[in-house]
Amino acid sequence: MFTLESSLTAALASQPPRGTVYGTLLNFRDALEALGDAVDRAPYRAPPKAPILYIKPRNTIASHEDPIVVPSGIDELEIGVSLGLVIGRAACRLRESDALAFLAGYVVVNDVSVPHDSYYRPSLRFKCRDGFCPIGTPVPRDAVADPNALTLRVEIDGIEVQCSSVTGLVRPVQRLLAEVSDFMTLHPGDVLMVGVPGNAPRACPGQRVSVSIAGVGRISNALVAEGAAA
Amino acid sequence: MRRARVAYGGAIHEALEHAQGVRLADGRVVAEEAVVWLPPLEVGTVVALGLNYADHVKELSKELTVSSRDEPLAFLKGPGALIGHRSQTRRPADASFMHYECELAVVIGSRARKVKRASAMDHVAGYAVANDYAIRDYLENYYRPNLRVKNRDTCTVLGPWLVDAADVPDPHALALRTLVNGQITQQGNTRDMINDIPALIEYLTDFMTLNAGDVILTGTPDGVVNVQVGDEVVTEIEGIGRLVNTIVGDAEFGRT
Repeated sequence: MFTLESSLTAALASQPPRGTVYGTLLNFRDALEALGDAVDRAPYRAPPKAPILYIKPRNTIASHEDPIVVPSGIDELEIGVSLGLVIGRAACRLRESDALAFLAGYVVVNDVSVPHDSYYRPSLRFKCRDGFCPIGTPVPRDAVADPNALTLRVEIDGIEVQCSSVTGLVRPVQRLLAEVSDFMTLHPGDVLMVGVPGNAPRACPGQRVSVSIAGVGRISNALVAEGAAA
Repeated sequence: MRRARVAYGGAIHEALEHAQGVRLADGRVVAEEAVVWLPPLEVGTVVALGLNYADHVKELSKELTVSSRDEPLAFLKGPGALIGHRSQTRRPADASFMHYECELAVVIGSRARKVKRASAMDHVAGYAVANDYAIRDYLENYYRPNLRVKNRDTCTVLGPWLVDAADVPDPHALALRTLVNGQITQQGNTRDMINDIPALIEYLTDFMTLNAGDVILTGTPDGVVNVQVGDEVVTEIEGIGRLVNTIVGDAEFGRT
């Protein structure tokens, strides 16, 4: 029998996620500040107004311990730790006050990119390569007391290279859900990443990267050069 | 063969084209107006092309700062934006320029990874008509065209049919046109694509695997005009289908 609880559980149990994985651009203040005055110049000409989203398509989805392939001709990849909001109920035109009730849970995501300078019309080649979105096992919503108070970490070869707090979000979780769901419905099993901290660390083939969020999860993946034996 | 997915009599059905409308898999023949048309397949990844017709590039040239010559301008959409034939699309009250885009949708039929041009068409299952609306008011210069423009609920219409590739001898010689309230507002031909279908498949599969059910929206020609609440917008592609959509306002969605 369908119950709300079973719907939420199904969204959580699905691994990899059965919906679409969306990312949010420049939602960490340090990432936006890194652009500086460039936001007022061409090609941007103004700071972002509404949430800017992108998609990590299904060919990018990977798991803990899947190798991340560094394409030939590329020296290093950007490692973007993010908090993923796992949608549990159809989320359309949410109010901030009850937005969290539409989540099934939370998941740690490694939003991998080929380093690139421009956010104007980035090529799909940078973010949409096979395996460029390792994603953890979700935890239920109740496991996290306040999603806006989490700490995100990146380690390379066991050494911490980045530590960021979600308190640095331009749009906190509830507000992001409200503004995004005003123009697009998020469906059960979809994952909305809240953003990637500024100055994303870079890693090379042969290195091992881990992204983690205390209380949410940790995933590790080795970078391998394209063409190297798996 | 021309296949559809429709809702009728309390269930979702596969249906085939029939002289009186559609024939459901269970044998019932039903009029076109009596069913609810869904997108003809449950899509996977949806890749859309910007500026893939030379005349449309010219039309928008005032606002361009990059060329489409270097690399195809491809972006992604989520499946939630899709609706079917004879559906309604919302025009927000604050929009000043909302336009349709008649596009040939290419449906991938088998896994494609690092596919060369010569064998690219082997991975095409079929074709459909797409009407990929854009609301230019919401364009921003980050990840352009951003999802607030291109991934809105109800703003990507797909259908009516998925037409088997075998029934389309040359997908690069099809007339496209759009009619708003019966008046032709957009005309073109798929022969004028800057990057043709094999080129797009070769380009995309060089870095990302395409799978069965993934869809490529191949861009739109010149002639996009503003549409208003109440307009009937028909996007047609020769041999593929005639896709009908109606623009409705915020009130229909309980927004005031």
